[in-house]
Amino acid sequence: MKRSNQPVFWLLFGAGGMFSALVGGMLVFITGIAMPLGIGLPTDALTYDNLLVFHRHWLGKAFTFAVTSLFLWHGAHRIFHSLHDFGVPARGASAIACYGIALAGTVAAAVALLAIGF
Amino acid sequence: MARRPYVRTMDGWWKRDAFFMRYMAREATAIFVVIYAFVLLAGVVQLARGEAAFAAWVAALHSPASIAMHVVLLAAFIYHTYTWFEIMPKTMPPIVVAGRKLSPGVITGAGLAASAVLSIALLLVVRALAS
Amino acid sequence: MPEPRTITIEVLRYQPAEGNKPYVQSWPVAFTDDMSVLQGLQHIKDYADGSLTFRWSCRMAICGSCGMMIDGKPQLACRSFLREFYPGPLRVEALAHFPIERDLVVDAEDFMTKLARIKPYIVPREERSLAEGEYRQTPAELERYEQFSHCINCMLCYAACPQYGLDPSFLGPGVTALLHRYNSDSRDGAKNERMQLVHAEDGVWACTAVGYCSEVCPKQVDPANAVNQNKTASAVDWFARFLPGHK
Repeated sequence: MKRSNQPVFWLLFGAGGMFSALVGGMLVFITGIAMPLGIGLPTDALTYDNLLVFHRHWLGKAFTFAVTSLFLWHGAHRIFHSLHDFGVPARGASAIACYGIALAGTVAAAVALLAIGF
Repeated sequence: MARRPYVRTMDGWWKRDAFFMRYMAREATAIFVVIYAFVLLAGVVQLARGEAAFAAWVAALHSPASIAMHVVLLAAFIYHTYTWFEIMPKTMPPIVVAGRKLSPGVITGAGLAASAVLSIALLLVVRALAS
Repeated sequence: MPEPRTITIEVLRYQPAEGNKPYVQSWPVAFTDDMSVLQGLQHIKDYADGSLTFRWSCRMAICGSCGMMIDGKPQLACRSFLREFYPGPLRVEALAHFPIERDLVVDAEDFMTKLARIKPYIVPREERSLAEGEYRQTPAELERYEQFSHCINCMLCYAACPQYGLDPSFLGPGVTALLHRYNSDSRDGAKNERMQLVHAEDGVWACTAVGYCSEVCPKQVDPANAVNQNKTASAVDWFARFLPGHK
């Protein structure tokens, strides 16, 4: 009986799901509502210099890499299985599309974060 | 008499029961998680490309359309958070504390509490870093 | 003595003769508050239409025979009461996600085959002679598997599971709960063999944690928990198999 490789994607799904459940909502609020509207944060809270300093530190890189990459792996796995719920077979082209996009986003995030320097 | 088993269709199965509709709503939150991931990814890429590019990203976040979208995203993330911790007890083996099994409600409550605490901590850290 | 009330029971009927399709037939049934849906069906069969076909046995929610879709939800007919559905009409159909043989009888072959595949019996961990006496188990050891041993093989969880409905190659909730029951029993030694079924694509990995199976289980077995606990076990094993000393 052939062993499934879903565990790898499921663990990434779980990590992304946990991360987004713990701080995702607040991140959305901070970046997309609080900062632009000046609620609890100055409207210029996200300055280029501030974020450069943050992302030049390995902790900042790790945080943002985790958020972007794990959120994508979480979504990819769930959407892959939801497509099956709508009748799209859970294999082949569907897998490549869903997990492929998450992989592409992960690579893009890594490249950008490294380009920012240290 | 010959057997002729009749197989019923699964078309529209998720519309047949409120339980399934809630399940589909829970799964749909994934779309919004991915959208936000791309918003952040765009920010990181623009940050790497320089000050002007990054300023454009921030300016986009100030637009009414973006703010409206983030209100929708926030609602989706809140529903994700709630349903995530609601299903979490199902994935865990029995946890025995002081001789008794932890109830699913306690586990869900603990998760939601952790989310609230970490979210507030994040806000405080960002406020400190931004000032 | 209160007036007996009447409820209309609509049954999705089917006879497997060539060219037939399922159709709905209704009967008015006078009932008292203590009458189950099963008794309603028996009344129809005894007094109105003897050809109505359905499975039943114990009348007390322990044999698992009378599972069917009652007003769209998988339930045991002996454990649902006509008064709950008044004024009706009450729709009764064969258990979902299984092929209909006739009227309310489904083809349960797939479930039976899967049940046999998981070795639903204790495979002794060690050789043991009669002289050594009985197995002893602490209350804690019993607690590890007892809940999952309550399964009555009624298949309501399969009728609840959309993943099984979409793709019947899925091992499914009930069978996985029983698999877990034996794996969790201190007397058993066949865990590795059973886990091969768990690790497969149509083992636990076809489950998307809908959770409806545990909602409908008449014995509170919580099959969703059995399946999803085994996802964690299977995921850990996916990596642990590369470690030396792994069997």
